[in-house]
Amino acid sequence: MKKISGAYAFIEALRCEGVRHVFGFPGGAVLDIFDAIMDADDIEFILSRHEQGAVHAADGYARASGDVGVCLVTSGPGATNTVTGIATAYMDSIPMVVFTGQVPTHLIGNDAFQEADIVGITRPCTKHNYLVKNISDLGRVIKEAFYIARTGRSGPVLVDLPKDVMKDTISFKYPDKVEMESYCPTYKGHPGQIKRIVSLILKSKKPVIYAGGGVVHANASKELADFAHRMSLPITTTLMGLGAFPSGDPLSLGMLGMHGTYAANMAVTHTDCLVAIGSRFDDRVTGKIDEFAPKAKIIHIDIDPTSISKNVKVDLPVVGDCKMVLQGMLSQIKEGNDEVKTLNKSIKPWLKRIDTWKREQPLRYSKGTAIKPQYVIEMIDRLTPDNTIISTEVGQNQMWTAQFYKFKEPRLFLTSGGLGTMGYGFPAAIGAQVAFPDRTVIDIAGDGSIQMNIQELATVVQYKLPVKVMILNNGYLGMVRQWQALFYKKRYSHTSLEVSPDYIKLAEAYGAVGIRVNEPSQVEDAIKQALSIKGPVFVDFIVEPEEDVYPMVPAGAPINNMLLV
Amino acid sequence: MRHAISVLVDNQAGVLSRVIGLFSGRGFNIESLSVAPTLDPTKSKMVITTSGNEQVLEQIKKQLNKLINVIKVIDYMGKEFVEREMILVKVKAKEETRAEVLRIADIFRAKVVDVSSNSYTLALTGDKGKLEGFIEILNPIGIIDFIRTGTVIMEREMHGRRKL
Repeated sequence: MKKISGAYAFIEALRCEGVRHVFGFPGGAVLDIFDAIMDADDIEFILSRHEQGAVHAADGYARASGDVGVCLVTSGPGATNTVTGIATAYMDSIPMVVFTGQVPTHLIGNDAFQEADIVGITRPCTKHNYLVKNISDLGRVIKEAFYIARTGRSGPVLVDLPKDVMKDTISFKYPDKVEMESYCPTYKGHPGQIKRIVSLILKSKKPVIYAGGGVVHANASKELADFAHRMSLPITTTLMGLGAFPSGDPLSLGMLGMHGTYAANMAVTHTDCLVAIGSRFDDRVTGKIDEFAPKAKIIHIDIDPTSISKNVKVDLPVVGDCKMVLQGMLSQIKEGNDEVKTLNKSIKPWLKRIDTWKREQPLRYSKGTAIKPQYVIEMIDRLTPDNTIISTEVGQNQMWTAQFYKFKEPRLFLTSGGLGTMGYGFPAAIGAQVAFPDRTVIDIAGDGSIQMNIQELATVVQYKLPVKVMILNNGYLGMVRQWQALFYKKRYSHTSLEVSPDYIKLAEAYGAVGIRVNEPSQVEDAIKQALSIKGPVFVDFIVEPEEDVYPMVPAGAPINNMLLV
Repeated sequence: MRHAISVLVDNQAGVLSRVIGLFSGRGFNIESLSVAPTLDPTKSKMVITTSGNEQVLEQIKKQLNKLINVIKVIDYMGKEFVEREMILVKVKAKEETRAEVLRIADIFRAKVVDVSSNSYTLALTGDKGKLEGFIEILNPIGIIDFIRTGTVIMEREMHGRRKL
């Protein structure tokens, strides 16, 4: 067999994994790989303007497509710049493989130029990571990296590639299969437990499903909807679960938690049977943990055993893949089954009570003379096709999008849920647009967050990615200001963005289009105009400066203790 | 509640750091730790003694199992096991206490491994309680220095009843 260099073997490995897009940024330690990339016509490389942009783009690509996102950067600062993006993906269980360059093996540990112990640095925020010290390990490590990233509870894996290993040569054969004694995720739920779940739900009077990102990762939306419809169970989803169940469905309660709907939080507080599916009882969901679902028997379906009974004591756990467990549950109940009929009937007063909560306290906002950010999002929802991909930054823009954009399908909402990374949305939208060049992709941003990765404007222009960025410009770091207003006597310590760029001129400086909107009456036309433009657009909505996100549960309070408008 | 947990891991660079990092990152406590390769040189066994309530222990075991390089986790709580730790103690031994130190060493079946004109160094093996008793008795005489290994542990073979 002909010998090839480590760099060419690396490209061959990517090819074998079916990788078609790589996001990244070059540098000294990865010169050999970048030289090899020039010959790989079947792999498109997207050059970001900062490594953080590349890693978030790989993340957005993975969330939108369900494939593993791939990122390639150099050693030292290139590698450390990816850490926030890796931690973001880790918290939200996003399958991703990050390749970092490393100084030659003989220099490792010598404080060499652009050396960083990235394997040590990323140990707590990757699912697993590797340093390839010998070219003979290269194929196996890459194979394992992709396998670990996409299986079980998916997550980011980092592979550190020293420069001399990439220069070394090998008769390369990519392994066909993975052999790992110590890693074997559980997919099939315990059949006895699955039976017990169904019978517990059938016996309940006031059940609620609480679905999370795990349903999206497992592609289990159809099974979830089938199960809910057959049993007539109301569903609330987490931020990460938005889209897992169509928000227009009569059984949908919207999001729960700190900025959840009144109906969702009340339903969870009063339920006698909480069915958690692919969700992890995050503090933003539960509020005061002792008073979360206090009257309920708690069922928890999760692929990660560590999620079970971590925050709340679970009565009936099942470790397994959400899709397979839901299929198991579905096979236990046939439509027209007497027990199901009884439940359908006995649940009616509960559904009626939920409807009353929905009617009494819907999500709402007051109209004013200035543009209301919620109105902008409602208009975006109205004017975009159903398969539009929406990313957000973090803060008020994120919560308003979660509340007012009606997601009908999974993988259309890209947001940093666990880590809460400002600057995530714009590069994530880039990744999604690369995965789906023909779809509308929109980043709903704040004027604070957008500046954190604004350099990626050059990327969208260079690759002709028609990403639309809708900036809800209130002149503040809005969510922090909201907390200061509510809990710190309106002492706005460093949350007013006194100097900001002119986003129109800025967009134009990069070769994109900028549109400014000052009046509520211009909102609709501005969105239509932006959507009709073939290239990237920044729309700068000058919105009500001190608008707050409601409902809001103060930190540490029980979730039925909501501040309503 | 004190628990001894044995963890079978891949014998690779960085694995110890993953385990330790897990404990520190999640606020779990490590009381003692010992690590060495097994008969199969590609694997190492760690024994970690830790403490926490039932829920914390459950999390520790699950989180350990989640690490890719961890092959097997055994909690010895509720099992029949033998437990050993070793200590080296350097004790002041002047004219008037030399005999007393040797007597104590004899009672505990400790060995004298080094001697000087004003000190003895004693080696003792036993479980945690025995070692602590030894230190307590020697303390009034004057301990110059001591060092303990971590606990090592092995399940008892229950003849004819069950296998390991």
